[in-house]
Amino acid sequence: MNIIEIRGICKTYDKKTLPVHALNGIDLTFQKGEFASIVGPSGSGKTTLLNIIGGLDDPTDGVILIDGVNITALSGRKKTQFRMKNIGFVFQSFNLIPVFTVKENVEFIMHLQGISKEEREKRTNELLDAVGLNDKKNNRPNKLSGGQQQRVAVARALASKPKFILADEPTANLDSKSTENLLDIMEKLNQEENITFIFSTHDSRVVNKARRVITIEDGKVISDISN
Amino acid sequence: MQTYFKLAWRNIWRNKRRTLITTASIFFGVLLSTFMTSMQEGSYSQYITSIVNSYSGYLQIHKKGYWNDKIINNSFLFDKNIESNLKSIKKITIYTQRLETYSLASSEDVTKGVMVMGIDPEKEDKITNISGKLKHGRFLKNGDNGIILGSGLARFLKLKINDTLVLIGQGYHGAGAAGKYPVKGIIKHPSPELDRILVYMDIKNCQDLFSAPDMLTSVVIMVHDNDEVTLVKNELVQLTDYNTEVMDWQEMNRLLLKQIESDRIGGVITKGVLYMIIAFGILGTVMMMAERKKEFGVIMAVGMQKYKLIFIVILETIFLGMIGVIAGTVASIPLLYYFLFNPIPLTGQAGEMVLQMGFEPAMFFSMTPSVFYEQALTIFIFTLIIGIYPVLNIRKLKVMNALRS
Repeated sequence: MNIIEIRGICKTYDKKTLPVHALNGIDLTFQKGEFASIVGPSGSGKTTLLNIIGGLDDPTDGVILIDGVNITALSGRKKTQFRMKNIGFVFQSFNLIPVFTVKENVEFIMHLQGISKEEREKRTNELLDAVGLNDKKNNRPNKLSGGQQQRVAVARALASKPKFILADEPTANLDSKSTENLLDIMEKLNQEENITFIFSTHDSRVVNKARRVITIEDGKVISDISN
Repeated sequence: MQTYFKLAWRNIWRNKRRTLITTASIFFGVLLSTFMTSMQEGSYSQYITSIVNSYSGYLQIHKKGYWNDKIINNSFLFDKNIESNLKSIKKITIYTQRLETYSLASSEDVTKGVMVMGIDPEKEDKITNISGKLKHGRFLKNGDNGIILGSGLARFLKLKINDTLVLIGQGYHGAGAAGKYPVKGIIKHPSPELDRILVYMDIKNCQDLFSAPDMLTSVVIMVHDNDEVTLVKNELVQLTDYNTEVMDWQEMNRLLLKQIESDRIGGVITKGVLYMIIAFGILGTVMMMAERKKEFGVIMAVGMQKYKLIFIVILETIFLGMIGVIAGTVASIPLLYYFLFNPIPLTGQAGEMVLQMGFEPAMFFSMTPSVFYEQALTIFIFTLIIGIYPVLNIRKLKVMNALRS
């Protein structure tokens, strides 16, 4: 079952002055439970593609369907709501809310969704158990290592029970031990709970774990290999 | 909602030093502007009270045209009808009758134009406290045939207690007026001008002297406080006939009001400059809020609507403003309380000037609620207006641009 359908996506920056074609007609589909990496050299368009799939950026042309919903046609407010309910994000530089504790960071999206306090607490505990940080739940992000912060970011991304998680260079700021730990957690969540992960990465360790590797160059898919 | 409040509150303390500097600028702004307003309003109030209690009262009834042409021919008959009307208005605490006119006053070899004020000694004293201003002798009793003089006039005419003063003038409708009166008391009137020309005498004697039996030039009326003046005035206007007019203290003291008004404008300008300085201090902090673009981008990326983000930033501005405003207001209370009972004395030329105007030479303070809430509210509104800046920034914010910043 396809949860993401990408049809003829193009993205051109600075159309009027000096056009840069970041994406040139991308067609892809992702199914529930995939653990996929989008790889390519810097400037190949992988982050742009991830941003467009996540509804953070608009394509110049083409359509993205998520569970049959054309998100490129949604208004700003509806797109924000759609993101909140359906898409989890993990950023390269963690981007946790610095004034919130680990627990509050994870709860935040559930709060936006209007989930009850009891349910929020239950799910936060489950997620922090899953990423091995329940003992740090009352700490603020600045008291955690980079690896720990990124695990909190994964827990936050999962909090809203999204249809899939988009992770943009999630290991770029982590040492090898933290990277391994993080990848193990994400792989476990993928295998045991069938959560879909799509990464954009340069990191060979991430690529090695991925069951599908999509290579992009000059805004085009040049290979799409599934193990 | 609690989460948004928590987020906003913690955000303002992310940079403690910056927040403390900003709230301190608001604190001092509120404190200074409250202090200044209290001093202005307290002094104005003192001037008004002084003028109301020393001469005009809160309200007066005259014959139409008397105020612009103060001659004895513009007097009116004080009949039972007026008296019962005055007694029927419950808010009137006391009233008294006066017959005021001008005459020549002579002692042994000196003559001077004076203002003769026929009064009901008992009631007049309750209003203007003449007995409290006595320097020599005693105050008049009802029906007394003596007179009271201002000390300046007594000095000019070289009169002492029990000396005789001769009054020669024109009575009602051109009748001759002449009489001899023993000096019973000498007062120090707060107005130096009146101190040099004022002669008080019992109203009956005065009416006899000027051939104006039962005639008055004014009825002076007191109420509990200034708030009741308009109400009582309206009632009086309904009850008095077309021949008389009712004037309130503001109409009778237009010059003082103009002076107060121009002084108040000066105060507004000074406070305006103060507010601007504070505003720039707050703006610095608020601009830094707008610089948290990336953080805003992340929050919007994970699904927070812009209007909620705007709400949080407005809350941050409100918290900043409230801390400074509340602290400034609370700190100003004991300070003003102290000065309320210990006015700052005015010395030198400034003191002389105020004294010449007939007022006590001191800076008085007021603690009416408006002194506090008007300043607090003004600075709070300033803070909110400055808070529009980050709101406009967030409205324009695009998630992608914010994430890239």
